Amino acid sequence: MIPLSWYLWLSAALFSVGLFGVLARRNAIAILLAIELMLNAVNINLVAFWRYLTPGQMNGQVFAVIVLAVAAAEVAVGLALVISVYRRRQTVVADELDLLKW
Amino acid sequence: MLLEYVAIAILIALATFIALAAVLMGELFGPKRRTAVKAEPYESGMRPIGPGTRRMPVRFYLIAMLFILFDIEVVFLLPWAVAFRQLGVFGLVEMLIFIAILLVGYFYAWRKGALEWE
Amino acid sequence: MTAADFSLFLPLAVLLIWATVLLIVDLFIPKERKGWTASLSALGLALTLFLSLRQWGETASGFGEMLRVDPFATFINALLLLSGLGGVLLAYGSIRRHGVERGEYYTLLLFSVSGMMLMAQARDLILLFLGLELLSIPLYVLAAFALPRLDSEEAGLKYFLLGAFASGFFLYGTALLYGASGTTLLSGIAQAWSQAGRNLFFLVGAALILVGLGFKVALVPFHMWTPDVYQGAPTAVTGFMAAGAKIAGFAALWRIFTEALPGLAPDVTPILWALSALTMLLGNLLAIAQKNVKRMLAYSSIAHAGYILMAFVPFGVPQVRDVALAAGLFYLITYAITNFGAWAVVSALERQAGQGLELDDYAGLGSKAPALALAMTVFMLSLTGVPPTLGLIGKFYLFRSVIEAGFYGLAVLGVLTSLISAYYYLRLVVIMYMRPGEPQPVANPWLNLTWGAMAILTVLFSLIPAPLFWWASQSVLR
Repeated sequence: MIPLSWYLWLSAALFSVGLFGVLARRNAIAILLAIELMLNAVNINLVAFWRYLTPGQMNGQVFAVIVLAVAAAEVAVGLALVISVYRRRQTVVADELDLLKW
Repeated sequence: MLLEYVAIAILIALATFIALAAVLMGELFGPKRRTAVKAEPYESGMRPIGPGTRRMPVRFYLIAMLFILFDIEVVFLLPWAVAFRQLGVFGLVEMLIFIAILLVGYFYAWRKGALEWE
Repeated sequence: MTAADFSLFLPLAVLLIWATVLLIVDLFIPKERKGWTASLSALGLALTLFLSLRQWGETASGFGEMLRVDPFATFINALLLLSGLGGVLLAYGSIRRHGVERGEYYTLLLFSVSGMMLMAQARDLILLFLGLELLSIPLYVLAAFALPRLDSEEAGLKYFLLGAFASGFFLYGTALLYGASGTTLLSGIAQAWSQAGRNLFFLVGAALILVGLGFKVALVPFHMWTPDVYQGAPTAVTGFMAAGAKIAGFAALWRIFTEALPGLAPDVTPILWALSALTMLLGNLLAIAQKNVKRMLAYSSIAHAGYILMAFVPFGVPQVRDVALAAGLFYLITYAITNFGAWAVVSALERQAGQGLELDDYAGLGSKAPALALAMTVFMLSLTGVPPTLGLIGKFYLFRSVIEAGFYGLAVLGVLTSLISAYYYLRLVVIMYMRPGEPQPVANPWLNLTWGAMAILTVLFSLIPAPLFWWASQSVLR
């Protein structure tokens, strides 16, 4: 069987990709995508830990499912905000949202 | 222990090889007569009209967002369906409450006119 | 679910059901009558406050240890519900004037308060995460609530992007703690720690959770969003956000670290020390440069997060831990009261949205509206910590407990930064009384009630702080 640490490395790598995306990308949608990567990295972690450490209990899986649902709610709110900003400003580039000093 | 995966690796290699070979052989040996019509994007036999990146009405986003919100709730319904008999009446009541809360959201979206197309 | 579980859960359940029903009821309230929604939401908060206070003194866990009622949770719940009431008052006094009166405001506020209460009561990482999101998602929407206004939309988007980013950190931390201990219960994590001892999972997990919650309560260096969001969001939302999100964030921080990771104290204390020192210094120094009152108060709220965090630095010193935590809780009350008062005054001077927020707009307030100017002076003095105000008493308790634990440097830094802060707080007072000007404050009964009540409370508790401190010291986590 594949050792647990492989999953953890995968998850850490995915989290780092997401982190890099949030810090380096300037488009609000791209930042949103990167945040989703970070949350999915967490889910990989949770499910892997659940499978390897406590397969008898359900809490890891339940946690992953709840993270999924909450992430969807978060994305819905985020997309709504992005669209409403875009409709008025015609841009979703974070640098150009400079009405307030960033 | 990784030997279990050798079969999959062989399968992946074979599939990649066959796919690449099919494309490459056509490219190498097939006759090529390029015309303007052939260079057009393929749209099921229709002639493409207008630019490829057309502006979508913002309404689609609203519908898509509502879809995500209600769609993701299946993630809670599915495990309940699997363990339906073990959970019994308690699970049923719990799920009814859950669906009632969802319905409140649906009713709100409906009254606010988020489901109207025009 | 047993009857005992249900009685623990009762205040939270009532608030959640109330908010859900209010969402539907509001659809049938005509647009000119949104005051009904406001009154109904206030009624819900008051009812929950009553139910929550009835649990005072109780200590019990339910739902398989996941949800907790103890004096700490009751204390934080009461403070949060009062903040919610303050938020409703502020909003009712101002959002109609700014043309953004929609009933959803109050529903979102109720949902946010329920999320905060969940954070104070949860003893399980899953519930803590749910509470954090239930707190945050409505706040993202509220920050963007003055929708046609560009700055409000921008504030909402920025708050959302950085808030979701912070949630990612928090979640990764919880996943690592789960991996290290095989359970999501805080008590289980403490048990696993005592068996397994130090390992990388615990350390990294705790650090990531600290980063995630640090964003929420605006600690330096995770504070970048604060001034922008506080400035762009409608003033009523800012007032609520500044109090509620901080209280809930600190409550969760306290609970996670004292209940799940008490053994981590030697590793975490220096980090907390540095965070607290940095936050006090940078918050106060940057506040000096601000010309906009909302931005100035935003930096001031960052600085206050530093003071509150100070109460948490000695959590590894058993003799001082309880006293320090009591001082922190006391400081949370003083912060919430003066904060709401100050934001109510800002709201009273903001005639149109985004106008009347410069420091110069406060010139002449002393002669034009003496009561308002007096109230603002009280708040500014209390935020500075000038004797004999409530702020000083709060800071005194804090500094004393930190000194008792042997962190002299931190106490000295606290005093020094308070002196720095006197410059910009008192500058506003000087402008109000010394400079001529034509300010046009709005006289709205609800706003008047808010700042009047908060000013009276500040003075009252300055004179007799003992009952409050007694209440705070009864409410420490055990």
